[in-house]
Amino acid sequence: MASMAMTTLDPQSRAARRGWSDLTIRNMFIIPTIVFLIVFNIFPLLYSLGYSFTDFRASTNAPANFVGLANYKALLNDPFIWRNFAITAKYVIVSVAGQVVVGFGVAMLLNRSIPFKGFITTLLLLPMMLSMAVVGLFWKLLYDPSFGIINYAFGLDRFEWLSDPDVALYAVAITDIWMWSPFVMLLSLAGLSAVPKHLYEAAAIDRAGPFYTFFRITLPLVAPILMIAIIFRTMEAFKTFDLAYILTSQPTTEVISIRLYKMAFQEWQTGMSCALAYIMLIMVVAITNIYVKYLNKVKER
Amino acid sequence: MTHIELRGVQKWFGSNQVIKDMNLEIADGEFIVMLGQSGCGKTTTLRAIAGLETIDEGDILIDGKAVQHLKCSDRDIAMVFQSFSLYPHMSVYENIAFPLRATGLSKTDIDKSVREVAGVLRITDLLQRKPSALSGGDMQRVAIGRALVRQPKAMLMDEPIGALDAKLREEMRAEIKRLHVKQGSTTVYVTHDQVEAMSLADRIVIMHEGVLQQVGTPEEVYAHPENLFVAQFVGSPVMNIAEASVSDEGGTVRVRIDPKDAGFEFPRELVSRLNGHASGGLSVGIRPEGVLVSHEAAPGYVPLEAHIIEPLGSHDIVDLQVGEGMIRARTPSGFVPKVGEKVHARIDPAQAHFFDTASGKSLGIRL
Repeated sequence: MASMAMTTLDPQSRAARRGWSDLTIRNMFIIPTIVFLIVFNIFPLLYSLGYSFTDFRASTNAPANFVGLANYKALLNDPFIWRNFAITAKYVIVSVAGQVVVGFGVAMLLNRSIPFKGFITTLLLLPMMLSMAVVGLFWKLLYDPSFGIINYAFGLDRFEWLSDPDVALYAVAITDIWMWSPFVMLLSLAGLSAVPKHLYEAAAIDRAGPFYTFFRITLPLVAPILMIAIIFRTMEAFKTFDLAYILTSQPTTEVISIRLYKMAFQEWQTGMSCALAYIMLIMVVAITNIYVKYLNKVKER
Repeated sequence: MTHIELRGVQKWFGSNQVIKDMNLEIADGEFIVMLGQSGCGKTTTLRAIAGLETIDEGDILIDGKAVQHLKCSDRDIAMVFQSFSLYPHMSVYENIAFPLRATGLSKTDIDKSVREVAGVLRITDLLQRKPSALSGGDMQRVAIGRALVRQPKAMLMDEPIGALDAKLREEMRAEIKRLHVKQGSTTVYVTHDQVEAMSLADRIVIMHEGVLQQVGTPEEVYAHPENLFVAQFVGSPVMNIAEASVSDEGGTVRVRIDPKDAGFEFPRELVSRLNGHASGGLSVGIRPEGVLVSHEAAPGYVPLEAHIIEPLGSHDIVDLQVGEGMIRARTPSGFVPKVGEKVHARIDPAQAHFFDTASGKSLGIRL
């Protein structure tokens, strides 16, 4: 079967002289990648699934005992874990909503002929290209109560952005919005420029006002691509770790990834943390599926 | 009752003037077709009436009120686009209802109007479909429905059937005519297809390079073209135009297209009528049906050789060689059996047009 797909190599080529077929060459390219994927992705994934049913602790030499679904049961009954999930949900909603509003708004502003449009767009994309850790450290300075430029600019005196438990999560979300709105903007801009101009002319002739045109023409036509941006950002925001971890250590900002990190590498509850990781994975997949279902519905035309 | 008037309208795109001092009156209920080649300014004029394009000078009046500074939505004019411009994410029903919903009409009124229009256009079965599931003709029916449903002061149509294939175009042409007869709304229709223009228009407006060339009923522009452009643009096959010389040879007036050929005989009065006219040289124009062809030699007929025969079923178009040029004649089908055959032809003086070659203006001489 495989030989059917074989093509003749140039007999002068080095590969042919070494007696290699094109399939050999194909395998030489593909096998290392597959091995890499299996060793570093698939194997740990399955291995951790196994651990999630045990009481294994990586910090001791004690053998792992099979405990069945006890880890899952314990986690799902733990009110503190649910608090972490609630914090995460709040963070995801604030952060993604903020990114969509800011990103889409800026895209609307940029979707016309203005001077230096390309340059402005490039500048606006810069935050997205920075590393999370750099952004975290840099915003920590901006938020600083005594010398931070944010308090200075808004005349907030010594407002404690990161140590006030009620505000810290929003501060993290604002940083995330600053960093990732350009991503939503970029996709929205692509969607907006794909809406044919003649539809706006038709709407103008049909006496539709600016709001009616926006909600009945622009938004529905950009919706599919905007949904893709929202899916990506929701998944990312759900897994947020570095930004929150670097910026603040308030209990009110303990999103689920931070809880997972502490459980796995500070408390060394390896089996338990594997179970939590699986619960998170299932949640992300479920949320994404809801979005994808909706996306397909939107795209149906 | 809608009356549209253009007064001294001028429009530039940068340094390029696309509408040059346009004056036009459109009466209530009239079907006006703007005819011209692409880039002649006809679509720009239409868009200016709609409000999609600003004008640099002049006035656009609707019912006597200057509207050139009003937005499209305040002019109460509907438009059908060449690209259909249906909203792709809405069903046919929603598309037609859009202009009514945009103005906040009640649900029951909208439903009634949409169904009525769909009935008139015979698209009631398609109301739940999406535009992407429609044929080209149906898409344009929906687009027309969307324009009709609000009962606008006037309908503007920008090559509405230009994107359809030939057979469908003919069907839709008849349908648009039928609708206009039924609805009687003032309509401005833009096309580059003179057959469409002739068959639909109450009056045709012919434009060339931003300048209005002639306004008249289809019969007028066909029978009395005011200049060489109109003469050649209207009518298919194209009118024969040739520079000619007129000579009085012992009482017989002859019009020669080629110095070597015998010349076509014309009535004597041509000479006196031509006196003083045509300082820029004389061109004679004759439509193919004005070239009379005979098998036998007769006084006034010139022997010519058939060069190309185009059989069109109901009749043939035969190219006859005159000196270096050609003159196209319309003959009964099969009249000239084969290429190379000699026939005798003459120009029907009553159907001849005379133009000043330099200015292109018609001399207005009819014999």
